[in-house]
Amino acid sequence: MVGQQTLFQKIWDRHLVAQPAGRSPIIYIDLHLVHEVTSPQAFDGLRAAGRKVRRPTRTVATVDHNVPTEPRGTPITDLIAARQIAALQQNCKEFGIQLFDMDSPEQGIVHVIGPELGLTQPGMTIVCGDSHTSTHGAFGALAFGIGTSEVEHVLATQCLAQQKPKTMKIDVRGRLADGVTAKDLALGIIGQIGTDGATGHVIEYAGPAVRALSMEGRMTLCNMSIEAGARAGMVAPDETTISYLKGKKFAPTGKAWEQAVAYWRSLPSDGGAQFDKVVEIDAAQLCPFVTWGTNPGMVAPVTGRVPGMNGLKEAERRATELALQYMGLEPGRKIEDINIDRVFIGSCTNSRIEDLRAAARVAKGHHVSTKVRAMVVPGSQAVKRAAEQEGLHRIFQDAGFEWRESGCSMCLGMNPDILQPGERCASTSNRNFEGRQGRGGRTHLVSPMMAAAAAIAGHFTDIRNWKFE
Amino acid sequence: MKPFTVHRGRVAPLDRVNVDTDQIIPKQFLKRIEKTGFGQFLFNDWRFSNEGKKNPEFVLNEPRYEGATLLVAGKNFGCGSSREHAVWALADFGFRAVISSSFADIFSNNSTKNGFLTVVLREEEVAILMKRAFEIDDYQITVDLEKCEVRDDQGFRANFAIDSFVRHCLLNGLDDIGLTLQHAAEIDEFERLHPMPFASQA
Repeated sequence: MVGQQTLFQKIWDRHLVAQPAGRSPIIYIDLHLVHEVTSPQAFDGLRAAGRKVRRPTRTVATVDHNVPTEPRGTPITDLIAARQIAALQQNCKEFGIQLFDMDSPEQGIVHVIGPELGLTQPGMTIVCGDSHTSTHGAFGALAFGIGTSEVEHVLATQCLAQQKPKTMKIDVRGRLADGVTAKDLALGIIGQIGTDGATGHVIEYAGPAVRALSMEGRMTLCNMSIEAGARAGMVAPDETTISYLKGKKFAPTGKAWEQAVAYWRSLPSDGGAQFDKVVEIDAAQLCPFVTWGTNPGMVAPVTGRVPGMNGLKEAERRATELALQYMGLEPGRKIEDINIDRVFIGSCTNSRIEDLRAAARVAKGHHVSTKVRAMVVPGSQAVKRAAEQEGLHRIFQDAGFEWRESGCSMCLGMNPDILQPGERCASTSNRNFEGRQGRGGRTHLVSPMMAAAAAIAGHFTDIRNWKFE
Repeated sequence: MKPFTVHRGRVAPLDRVNVDTDQIIPKQFLKRIEKTGFGQFLFNDWRFSNEGKKNPEFVLNEPRYEGATLLVAGKNFGCGSSREHAVWALADFGFRAVISSSFADIFSNNSTKNGFLTVVLREEEVAILMKRAFEIDDYQITVDLEKCEVRDDQGFRANFAIDSFVRHCLLNGLDDIGLTLQHAAEIDEFERLHPMPFASQA
């Protein structure tokens, strides 16, 4: 239908600054999030070219990837990591950028603090030198990851030259059963469409099962969009979004709030809007998932088995063989028979208060298996404080989980939290790539409830049969 | 940025699909604050053992592929993390381009900013190049961005598509920040019409 627009198209059109003939369109970036790992070379580039940061007030920085999760104040023993953190401090000072530093009560994973501070808002364009920037799409923002050259581009111009992506609608019918979470929905989708199933596309997640998700659930879902190859993932804003944002530190107030809400309500895709691709998912068919291989598309139901090679094409067969060899698994092994050594509950995928509540509910009254070391890493200082006010830390500690300081931690092991070679981990993070959590480490992606249950059982177990206290 | 026009060089075959950026440059090497010197860490966990010894089975350690400047790989190359360090490592190691049937979006974007080419050919064409790189000693091909063509001395010839603006920037080694800054007046105007969406910072 003519004139019927998608959520993506509305945001894209509103942010078009120029469309030079024969060149990529230039779009304006409302919010630029910065962290220590992908920014130092961008600031160097500015200095070398004698450029300034165009809009320091639209740029917000924090330290997350490298920070140790031991009690704050413990010196950073990794001198190269310390140097990278110091470089961000120096760059923020020199260019006038707000930094939520190690000792800040607002420090946290960049994709956790943006939303909880109310910096992330519907209808915005948001970028960060991090692929999981797709998280912010949960608010109905167009949010995507960029490389360091583009970080420099945004710092210098507050714009990006971008080829327009295609659109994909993922329509999730029905409702998720108890024990089946946004993480399982994300893994189920990637298992179905593949790790390159959405390459070149911006996904809009729609349908009753998505509408029923909390903001935390929507963030988990959008976070994993990049694991399906998508440029971004989005959920249209609604009352859930608006009530989440109300009263947040940087959310508009008074008349500005009313105007913002009116804009946000105009954003959802129009009824007849066309997408380049449509995928339908039946929520009732989903169950708790566990990845068995070395990419997030290699998933099986917790009640299932490690798949065999039958019917696979040559390239996939070889990929499966290599993955199973790395993971130390053989076809036909029951997922519930896989024993684990470590558990990581955290990361920009699953470290928010709701994730910790869900894991604590499972842990309550139980104890971590004697063969397992389990850690809980809140996504931010604010999440940590909220959890402690609710007494979640006591539940975890009583059950034998370590309760740590906020950061990216063992999702990618840039800080001291890493797996040893051969160690097998149930992880609530987003990538099970070879060596991601430490060289030779074997990662299985699961939901927070499934991770907590695995910590206690010592192996994967179906959360739908769990005895909650 | 170093322009890319026509390049002829030795081909190394990396016969794996979904090669992610964690493999191209593992995270322990992302802490450097420079853009240079990443080549020594390229594919570190595949190239070297835990003790730092060369893995003789990894293709880039085979003497016959020494000095290769073109990498042929399976589909969805460069998926995962946005780290531009992956491109810096490939370029610093000596590669000028990767040829595959598909690339992850962010990796492709990062490549073009560094004068590094991602060439998309059809799966069956990639398979031919892969096979020849395994079978023919000192197998060389030409990647011609002017003609958008890949060819070898054995009669292989295939065209590839690339965004015309990206191609223009690569051919001329253009810095696209400078190009965007030519639109400063339009950016000013945009900002005048769209005020800051944030509450004043406390």
